[in-house]
Amino acid sequence: MAIWLTENSKVIVQGMTGSEGTKHTRRMLAAGTNVVGGVNARKAGQSVDFDGTALPVFGTVAEAMAETGADASVVFVPPRFTKDAVIEAIDAEIPLCIIITEGIPVHDSTWFWGHAVAKGNKTRIIGPNCPGLASPGKSNAGIIPADITTPGRIGLVSKSGTLTYQMMYELRDIGFSTCVGIGGDPVIGTTHIDALEAFEADPETDAIVMIGEIGGDAEERAAAYIEQHVTKPVVGYVAGFTAPEGKTMGHAGAIVSGSSGTAQAKKEALEKVGVRVGKTPSETARLMREIMSH
Amino acid sequence: MDLFEHQAKEIFAEYGVPVPAGKIATTPEEARAIADAFAAAGTSRVVVKAQVKAGGRGKAGGVKVADSPADAEDKARQILGMDIKGHTVHKVLVEEASAIAEEYYFSFLLDRANRTFLSICSVEGGMEIEEVAATKPDAVAQVPVVALTGIDRARAREIAAAGRLPEQALDGAAELIERLWAVFVDEDATLVEVNPLILTQDGRVMALDGKVTLDGNADFRQAEHEALEDKASTDPLEAKAKEKGLNYVKLDGSVGIIGNGAGLVMSTLDVVAYAGEQYGGQKPANFLDIGGGASAEVMANGMEVVLGDSDVKSVFINVFGGITSGDAVANGIVQAVKLLGERGETVDRPIVVRLDGNNAEEGRRILNEAAIPVIEQVETMDEAARRAAELASQGV
Repeated sequence: MAIWLTENSKVIVQGMTGSEGTKHTRRMLAAGTNVVGGVNARKAGQSVDFDGTALPVFGTVAEAMAETGADASVVFVPPRFTKDAVIEAIDAEIPLCIIITEGIPVHDSTWFWGHAVAKGNKTRIIGPNCPGLASPGKSNAGIIPADITTPGRIGLVSKSGTLTYQMMYELRDIGFSTCVGIGGDPVIGTTHIDALEAFEADPETDAIVMIGEIGGDAEERAAAYIEQHVTKPVVGYVAGFTAPEGKTMGHAGAIVSGSSGTAQAKKEALEKVGVRVGKTPSETARLMREIMSH
Repeated sequence: MDLFEHQAKEIFAEYGVPVPAGKIATTPEEARAIADAFAAAGTSRVVVKAQVKAGGRGKAGGVKVADSPADAEDKARQILGMDIKGHTVHKVLVEEASAIAEEYYFSFLLDRANRTFLSICSVEGGMEIEEVAATKPDAVAQVPVVALTGIDRARAREIAAAGRLPEQALDGAAELIERLWAVFVDEDATLVEVNPLILTQDGRVMALDGKVTLDGNADFRQAEHEALEDKASTDPLEAKAKEKGLNYVKLDGSVGIIGNGAGLVMSTLDVVAYAGEQYGGQKPANFLDIGGGASAEVMANGMEVVLGDSDVKSVFINVFGGITSGDAVANGIVQAVKLLGERGETVDRPIVVRLDGNNAEEGRRILNEAAIPVIEQVETMDEAARRAAELASQGV
């Protein structure tokens, strides 16, 4: 089953004709993703060849959905155009919209989230500034390397892209149902809690790895959710123990201010509700290994 | 980017938010000249305020009232050069003193949890708002603001009323809040805070202080924000990194760090700090995320910045190939070493490289073939961190 992205998902790429979009469309196709087309108003009607697979370019998301039955979109358009691209996807009511683009102003992401809410939340937004999601052996939507892990029964949700890859790689012999990179921006569509809820309900997921990092209180809220609603074992990892206060470490979300939002506070919140938290990515992988061997 | 108070107030003034008249001085003499001008215009009382990006300025003695131009010079002399929470005061704002009747609190900020904006308004301003919120939660109104609908005058008035501002302040506060919303949106701010917001004895509502945080992601449409950067107090290595478009933060350890992805780099800092405990407390010397395009040039720039830090005794390059494939990273490292040589920089400290992910095997092969003496490859992140810490402890 996996969550949100399966072998039946039909994926379109907004920004497919740009350099990043082209590069990753090629990689998604190679990973077995059913990519059915791209969207670019200025290149509508053209097609792009990907090693023998010709993908049509549509003028709008709605048109692409009508023509191909697409139910997921991956967004690679540059930051200044992302807001409009996401609003277009929301208006077309595509079920899943994955925003890879990094560097979107927070007023824009807050705006399209508000728009999604106003439209009744018919589109699940993942990201922005995320690596996307991968259901190994089934489909891969975004920029997660396809060949670093195998299909299995662990669910993974993470704020950080490269830490997602690291964990997928460390546990490649056990394998994953779905790996979701939710992104490190202050405002994101899908949260740790949304992913925990979906993994809890997914019969093909037995245990969950949750990766967080400093900033905000998403991990603390996830801990409260786990206590109430999650029966499957959860292993956690939090990055940023040595990050100094008040300095932004790359992700707009990864900033510590005052006592809340520190890695230590997040670790304690998770451990309090029975989540085992690894000190390093490797130790986290070992904890998950122990759980999966029982 | 956090702004200085005077920068925030200059922006407020542009948007028609009432602020006291004031000017910046970097010397006591300048402060006196500003106070002289105010005195000539009929205001002899001024306030001399330290310009630092840190809270608790008032308690630290960084804000003083002066009764004459000579006094202003004296007060400026006391404040300039002061250390407030690790920030040296390089400039003061000399402002005409306001006749304060009451002090309130107001802010717009991002509400991450609810993915919307929030306004906070309270009749109890001028002190620690967190403390008021904790002890008298009813006195602090938190009103969500939906981006799509924003704030008009009527809504602004509702917020002011929710914060229990008195009737005579409501109209003035509503107008000011509406204008602050324009600042918040049009300037791509993530925080606009006024504490205190004052009611003057003659019934005007003004922003007596201002705190603004701007969103760096919006720089592409906020060209004028670059001029607001405090280049003088930026660490020289951070400034150099910024010039080269690198995401670098200077820390105080000995192991230089280069990695891809903010999460992985933060994790690398943690792992190096743990490993360093066995080697006399070796710590990471910096945060450097080279992001997606680890071209030779980006890698060379990264290495140049990291090696430019004389505290660095060893370097740990930790890359997991996602967007950046391992062979590109390896080629980047090899060419970076050459490029640095051409620039006259010697790569004289040991470099531990750990490559994983996309095309990592090809990357490892490229590095092995290049056989660069200072470069050592280690398979796992934990072991590579240990090795880098060990090498740093042996460094001179």
